[in-house]
Amino acid sequence: MIPAASNCIELMPQARFEMNQRRAQSKVAHLWDLLDAVTDPEIPVMSIWELGVLQDVCVTHNQGSPAVTVVITPTYSGCPALSVMSQDITSALAKAGYENVRVEIRLAPAWTTDWLTGATKNKLRSYGIAPPDSTACPQCGSECTKLISEFASTACKSLYRCLACQEPFDHFKSI
Amino acid sequence: MGDKKLDDQIAEYALRLGDDALVFGQRLCEWCADAPTLEEDIAISNVGLDYLGRARMALQYAGKTLGRTEDELAFLRDSGEFRNLLLVELPRGDFAFSMVRQYLLDEFELLFFTQLCGSKDDTLGAIAAKTVKEVRYHQRRSANWMQRLGLGTQESQARTQAAIDQLWGYMPELFEMDELETSLLQAGIAVDRLELHSKWLNTVTAQLASANLQIPQIDWQVVGGRKGVHTEHLGHMLGEMQFLQRAYPGLQW
Ligand SMILES: [Zn+2]
Repeated sequence: MIPAASNCIELMPQARFEMNQRRAQSKVAHLWDLLDAVTDPEIPVMSIWELGVLQDVCVTHNQGSPAVTVVITPTYSGCPALSVMSQDITSALAKAGYENVRVEIRLAPAWTTDWLTGATKNKLRSYGIAPPDSTACPQCGSECTKLISEFASTACKSLYRCLACQEPFDHFKSI
Repeated sequence: MGDKKLDDQIAEYALRLGDDALVFGQRLCEWCADAPTLEEDIAISNVGLDYLGRARMALQYAGKTLGRTEDELAFLRDSGEFRNLLLVELPRGDFAFSMVRQYLLDEFELLFFTQLCGSKDDTLGAIAAKTVKEVRYHQRRSANWMQRLGLGTQESQARTQAAIDQLWGYMPELFEMDELETSLLQAGIAVDRLELHSKWLNTVTAQLASANLQIPQIDWQVVGGRKGVHTEHLGHMLGEMQFLQRAYPGLQW
C-alpha cells in the first residue's frame, strides 16, 4: 500500500538537513525571513533559500551596531547570477535598516540539485521548467520527450522538446 | 598553518590551475556567435563560463597569498608570467580541432579533479568538488562529438584525425610532475599526474578507436607552460583579452 503524499516524510540529504537546522535554531529568524524575498534572478519563483544557495546568516554586535554576515554557495562555478544575488541580499537587508552586511562565498559542500525540496520542484514545474529528477513535459505532462541540447538559456538548464505537444521546454539539470 | 613556504607553493599550484582554466575559457569564448549551430554556440559558451568560474575560484585563492586580486592576475600579467599548459593556449582551429582538444582535456580533468577532491588543502578540494561535477557533462558532450565526427563523413573523420595528430605532442605536458608538484604531492595536496597516464591513455584509445580514429605514433613533444615558456599564440590572445585593462587601467563596469 502506498501512503498518501501528505503522510510521507521526504528523504533529505544531510547538507540540506543541516541548512534547515541552522535556520530553525537561528536567533535571527527574522533575517532569514527577510532573505526569502531574494530570488534567483533567472527563475524568479524560486528563492535563494529554496535553491539551496543561502547557507547561513549570523549577526555580531560591534559597539551596539549589528554586523550581518550572509553565507552563500555558488550553483555552477561560473554562474553570473551569484553576483546579482549578492547585491540583492545586501539591498534587501539595507532596506530593513542593516547597513553593515558582508556576503561570504563558501564552496563546500558543493551545491547539488538534491537540495531542492519536493515543494520547490513543483514550483519549478508550474513555472514551466522540468525539475531535476524529471524530464516529463511541464506543459502537458507527457513522458515522451527528447533532449535537444545539454546546454540551454542558462548554465543550470538543458533544452528538451515534448513529442506529444511539440513544445520545447527547459529542464533543470541534475548535478 | 603559518608555513610560508607551503603557502607559496599552494598559491603557485592554484595559479597553474587558474591559468589553465582562464586561458582555455577565453579560447572557448572565441566561438561565441561563430559555432556551427545555435545549440553548439550555447554549449561552447556555457562550457567556457564553467572554465571562467573555475579560473576565478583558483585565482582568488592564489591571489590571497600572492597579494594580488583575480583581475590583476588575469589582466595585468604578461605571457611569461602565465603558468598554463601549452595545450590550452593554441588557437581554436576548426571545430574538429576544438572538440578533440576538449575531449582529450575532459578525460584528463575527470581523473585529475576526482583525485584533487581528496586534497588536504580544503580550498583546492572544494574547488575540485565543484569542478568535477561540471567536467562530467563536458566529457559527455565531447565524447559524443568524437563519435559523430569520427563516424560522420570522410571529411569530418579526416579533420578529426588531423587534429589528434596535431595535438598529440602537447599531451605529455598534462602528465609532467616537476619539483613543486612532487613536493605538494608528498604533502597530500597535489595530484600525481603520472599515475593518471595509463588510465587516461586506455580510455582515450578505446573511445577514439570506436569512432574510427587512431592514436598517432609520434616522437615529438613540447612542454614549458609551467615555467612561463609559451607559444607565440598566448601573447596574441592576451593582447585581445587584456586590451581594455591595459588601455584604461582600473576600468570597471
Ligand atoms: Zn508536452
